[in-house]
Amino acid sequence: MKIGVFVCHCGTNISHTVDVEEVAKAAAKLPNVHFATTYKYMCSSPGQALIADSIKEKGLDRIVVSACSPSLHEKTFRKCLEEAGINPYLVEMANIREHCSWVHSDRAQATKKAIELVKLSVAKVSRSKPLSKSFIPIEKRVLVIGGGISGIQAALDVSFAKFPVVMVEKEPSIGGKMAKFDKTFPTLDCAACILTPKMVGVAQNKYVTMHTFSEVVEVSGHVGDFTVKIKKKARSVDLKKCTGCGACYAKCPVKVTSEFDEGLGKRKAIYVPFPQAVPNVPVIDRNACLWFTKKTCGLCKKVCAIGAIDYDQEDEIIEEKFGAIIVATGFKQFDHSVYGEYGYGKFKDVVTGMHFERMANSSGPTGGKIVRPSDGKEALDVVFIQCVGSRDEQKGVPYCSRVCCMYTAKHATLLREHNKNAQAYVFYIDVRAAGKNYEEFVKKAQDEYGAVYLRGRVSRVFEKGGKLIVRGADTLSGSQIEIKADLVVLANGLIAQDDATTIAQMLHIQYDKNRLFTEAHPKLAPVETITSGIFLTGACQSPKDIPDTVATASAASVKALGLMVHDKLEKDPLVARTNNDLCSGCKACYLACPYSAIEMVEIEDRKLKRKRMVSRVIEGVCAGCGNCTAVCRMGAIDVEGFTNRQIMRQIEAL
Amino acid sequence: MKYAYYPGCSLHSTAKEYDLSTKEVASALGIELVEIPGWACCGATPAHLTVQSLSIALPVKNLLQAKNMDAGDVVTCCAACFSRLKIANHFMETETEKRKEVEGIVGERYEGEVKARHFLEVLTKDLGLDKLKTKVAKELKGLKVACYYGCLLTRPKGVTGIDDLEDPRLLDDLMGTIGVEAVKWPYKTECCGASFSLSKTEIVLKLSGDILEMASDEGAEAIVVACPLCQSNLDLRQGMINKKLKKSFDIPIFYFTQLVALSLGIAPGKLGFDKHMVNPVKLLKKKGIIA
Repeated sequence: MKIGVFVCHCGTNISHTVDVEEVAKAAAKLPNVHFATTYKYMCSSPGQALIADSIKEKGLDRIVVSACSPSLHEKTFRKCLEEAGINPYLVEMANIREHCSWVHSDRAQATKKAIELVKLSVAKVSRSKPLSKSFIPIEKRVLVIGGGISGIQAALDVSFAKFPVVMVEKEPSIGGKMAKFDKTFPTLDCAACILTPKMVGVAQNKYVTMHTFSEVVEVSGHVGDFTVKIKKKARSVDLKKCTGCGACYAKCPVKVTSEFDEGLGKRKAIYVPFPQAVPNVPVIDRNACLWFTKKTCGLCKKVCAIGAIDYDQEDEIIEEKFGAIIVATGFKQFDHSVYGEYGYGKFKDVVTGMHFERMANSSGPTGGKIVRPSDGKEALDVVFIQCVGSRDEQKGVPYCSRVCCMYTAKHATLLREHNKNAQAYVFYIDVRAAGKNYEEFVKKAQDEYGAVYLRGRVSRVFEKGGKLIVRGADTLSGSQIEIKADLVVLANGLIAQDDATTIAQMLHIQYDKNRLFTEAHPKLAPVETITSGIFLTGACQSPKDIPDTVATASAASVKALGLMVHDKLEKDPLVARTNNDLCSGCKACYLACPYSAIEMVEIEDRKLKRKRMVSRVIEGVCAGCGNCTAVCRMGAIDVEGFTNRQIMRQIEAL
Repeated sequence: MKYAYYPGCSLHSTAKEYDLSTKEVASALGIELVEIPGWACCGATPAHLTVQSLSIALPVKNLLQAKNMDAGDVVTCCAACFSRLKIANHFMETETEKRKEVEGIVGERYEGEVKARHFLEVLTKDLGLDKLKTKVAKELKGLKVACYYGCLLTRPKGVTGIDDLEDPRLLDDLMGTIGVEAVKWPYKTECCGASFSLSKTEIVLKLSGDILEMASDEGAEAIVVACPLCQSNLDLRQGMINKKLKKSFDIPIFYFTQLVALSLGIAPGKLGFDKHMVNPVKLLKKKGIIA
């Protein structure tokens, strides 16, 4: 064994505090060290050439680079070794910069510590084994979970690169929340006008397969090779036969509250959620339909000329393979019924921003009129209350929902556009309009559309004499004010979907205390998750407006496509491995693994002449975190590159 | 049913009729109230505005006094006393470090183990409305009241735990049980001005005036309260409010115990109606509740 030690000056970053020559001199005396030297910048080309030449000239077979953090340059030096003809995993880094020179001032002490650190790395590398990279084949198909604007954009971007995409949407139509909006800020273009072409684009795209009214129920496997079970709920209408003529829902006698219209309008028991639905195929609500509840009626089947109605359809589970998954499951509007001061959700004329969207929409339940739901009269004085659920640690969530300031400014604008006699009052905490043309938009709502902005909270809303009395503080004038309003619109914040944690657990991705999905790095990996091959887009990660949602959708697609263009994925060999002879099958590692990278398998024990259970690491999933090693009582599971033998040798060397 | 009774200063002075009617109701329903011997101030306004340890030590002292009586939970009728007792218990339960100072003052270990109750809870929860209904001798039909809870009974959140913070129902349900119609109104938990009654009377006139006006607008003929301070602000100050707002409110302010007592058939003469500033007898006669 011939170990070479290369001590870096890092300009003066290290040499200013650490006597690098002294370190090299001490290193040369360590066991198995054949050669030790210093250089000004070891990571530079001449620095690397120095290592490569020394390997060749002096026959070195293991290298210690005493320099900066391995997270910075370990890869550089592995490559250097590989090019010099020795196994790239036979290099160790002694971090004498972040761990030493940068944090100490006493030169003698720092030098002493640097020598100790080098000693540790020499000890470790002496027990390193040559490792080789493995390769995972990639299934060249992408799954997109969620068919809102986020999923739609992701699917279109992936399909543009000609890779097959499967989109799964739990509702009967794609389009998501955006389909419910009337206009979009800050340009006030109609939401449907910019969304429906994209929806149709998905439907007509030969690379995209849509599963609407469907849910992902099981995910297994790992990057490049996910196996996914999708439940296609019984629509009771044949997707292939139906022409979307609409005769069935025209004749259906059952009327129920429309979810799409936020309870403000009605739909039939057989229905398409909205006129521009994609696919334009109805679904039967089996809880409302007379055929399913009372075995009577059957009108829809009678009027359907092509026999597309199928009462006997059943839920179907299909299994498909994917190389990457894009999660675009979106958000849920905060439920304000916990706010007693706004009437616990009991006042009919206290509505949410989403209700306002539906009312403002010309194809909505009021035909585009802003009215009081209690009596249908046009609303003239409208109070908007910001931060409902958002920025409220007591009753809601601590974070800012980011979009409410803007959508309220939009609503105030639309109110005046719909009725020039109407007046908007906005109670706010802060106006957060940090986006391109956003501040200008809010200003315009105030200056040109006459919205009165009042800085303060509302302490009580109550009904009196057919009006809503809104009492609040105006902290800028220091007074209490009361407004007689026809309608109160609450700017409910954005929260995680009800089933967010179930989805996260199914996908083995992390979520935070607000049940929002966690990105791999808040700044540098905002659309990745800690599970390789699974990417995030849109409001399932954090509240986002449409521009940001679309941007993350494209970002997630690029990440997925980055996998798709490879035939196989190079996998770092620094993963855990079980020694079957030692493994007792106790499952401790299986339970400790945060990535679900360990499976329990049965092996034939030749000595015992019987079958027994042992753990096995799924290499493609293992992130090499070492949790399993820490919990293994038998010392049977080891992470390559950080084996127990290596660590023990380091401890002995101290 | 036996309770250690903590009347507090009001029930021995400005709110004697509350004390009288409470005792009448209790005895009619077989609820034994044993007054805590040597009870002291509950620590309301003067103490809790001055120093925290005193505002906790005073109620703790009273609770400890009750502990030694072995008469069960402490029951009080005053919303301010109730609030102080509840807050003291919450403090002693949760502030494990700071409670040592209080323990030093009272000279005893205490971790909030003596439970404090409001008499409203005793009637509606311990006894229960179903049981009460069987004891009602005469339903007080035809009377429309606004149930006013004030600020202290339900708040702060997680401390008194008696009813919903913004839309409490206990008084309304109790009134329903004895045949009184409780109107729907939004000012159940508004502030009456409380102890500003003496120092900044103007504030009380404005706030209590608003409450009277809302009750009257929503069709209430009387207001039912569970707090002596609310009663005195709405009742005692009603004349001044009328003068200031140029109104002619004539709204009697009842303690819930007075109306419960009437429904149980207790003679009106025992309920201290003569102590009210706004004469309630007129209305009760008009409704045929009393002769």
